[in-house]
Amino acid sequence: MTELLNVRNLTARHGQLPAVREVSLTIGRGEVLALVGANGAGKSTLLRAIAGVHPIGGGTVHFDGSDITRLPADRRVAAGIALVPEGRRLFPEMTVEENLRVARSRPGGWELEMVLEAFPMLRQALRRRASTLSGGEQQSTAIARALLTNPRLLLIDEVSLGLSPVATEAVYKSLDRLIRAGTTLVLVEQDLGRAMSVADRIVCLRDGRVALTAHAGAVTREEVTEAYFGLGKPTAVRS
Amino acid sequence: MTWANAIIQGVLLGGLYALFACGLSLMFGVMRIINLAHGDLAVLGAFVVWLIATQGHVSPFIATVACLPLMILIGYGLQRTLLSRSLRSGELTPLLTTFGLAIVVQNALLQVFSADVRGLGGLSGLLAVDGWRLGDQLAVPYLGVTILAVAVAVLGGLQLVLQRTAFGREMRATAQDPEAAALVGIPASQVYARATAIAVATAAIAGAFLAIHSTFDPSSGPTQLIFAFEAVVIGGLGSLWGTLAGGVTLGVAQTIGAVIDPQYSILAGHLVFLIVLAGPRGWLVFSRRPRAWQPSGR
Repeated sequence: MTELLNVRNLTARHGQLPAVREVSLTIGRGEVLALVGANGAGKSTLLRAIAGVHPIGGGTVHFDGSDITRLPADRRVAAGIALVPEGRRLFPEMTVEENLRVARSRPGGWELEMVLEAFPMLRQALRRRASTLSGGEQQSTAIARALLTNPRLLLIDEVSLGLSPVATEAVYKSLDRLIRAGTTLVLVEQDLGRAMSVADRIVCLRDGRVALTAHAGAVTREEVTEAYFGLGKPTAVRS
Repeated sequence: MTWANAIIQGVLLGGLYALFACGLSLMFGVMRIINLAHGDLAVLGAFVVWLIATQGHVSPFIATVACLPLMILIGYGLQRTLLSRSLRSGELTPLLTTFGLAIVVQNALLQVFSADVRGLGGLSGLLAVDGWRLGDQLAVPYLGVTILAVAVAVLGGLQLVLQRTAFGREMRATAQDPEAAALVGIPASQVYARATAIAVATAAIAGAFLAIHSTFDPSSGPTQLIFAFEAVVIGGLGSLWGTLAGGVTLGVAQTIGAVIDPQYSILAGHLVFLIVLAGPRGWLVFSRRPRAWQPSGR
């Protein structure tokens, strides 16, 4: 599996507090990586730093062999990185269709009709304002909007946070299609079981550091939970 | 009949105020910048139009169209140089920057053109002085109707651009959430520069009509800024057609005030502004983040 993203010793702060401390990780093409960890572990900050919307204190980010550490967020989108941020961040005064059409597309396969096939619930909601959508519809719109930029790497923060079980199921059903299509994905997911079932690899963050890296099939839920809460054995790195 | 005439003149005067307010509203809606140099940029536009009209011996209306590319460039350059840097330094810095810019523009105009009062009414032919007479006390001036029509065309055109084009969607998206816009590939700096270019161009149109409608000098800017600001606040921050309604309300208040007593003209406008400011809408002005700018004013 060839390398698509290489993060080296990345550091990011929230004010004076270090949120991400010298994190290094690589992501291969077509890989699905689940980023797990307790609240405040640095997952969202790491994704935002990779997407270019959180300032980096140190370290480097290479994407497809190019150094993008200093690139602004909009140019990272043009390079092929898309982030579905925590809270979805839709444009509330715009309709679903406008939210989708506003994305600046790179050349590639995703077009409006295709995302509507991947997220069928959006077809009926195209004329509705984003502020009136349910949680599942909002998350679907946010993922669809990111897909319309034709990313080579899709980062999704808190996939199922605030969603009903039915909406979560619908969103993951759509994600399955993306995974089968070979999209490179990084998911932040609080539901550990769900994360382990869809990901090729699990990375657990604790206090801004990598506490565990393991292939999903080579680690038990208990081991991830231990790394998650810092219980038992010291930092483990398995692959 | 006197009251009817006052209302008609007020509505027409409101067109001029709406033109002044259009760019101010756009910049505030998209970038959250209150451009204190807006009135002076309008007067700069008036001087450019005056130069083209007098030196090129062309109608002020042709000169207005001719000056637009220059004003668009000035607006674009202003954002890419001064304003983009000040935007990165907190909320107060752009306010101070545009205040400084206003002083620079005023003094530069004073240096180049002197303090003489000028006007373009004389070069505008019958349009500037004639009108339809609908009785002894009722007249509808051609120029007032022209200004109102241009204001509606500018605001309507802007609304169409914002609602129907990809550029408009990008501008609305950036106005609502610049970071989320960047995450779908929209560079905020480019959107801001285009918005400023449009705002300065509309200010120049307003300045040209001020020059045709009455007179101007290098110190005319701040007064126009106050009227524009009042129109924006009365019409509601973040609303395009509200800006037109605000301009018309201000104009009508001033002309009705003038009927009561000529010295109440400006005061009546300020009173309406203060009443709006004291009401629920005023709280929006003082809140940290008013509703994002929407072309339809929903």
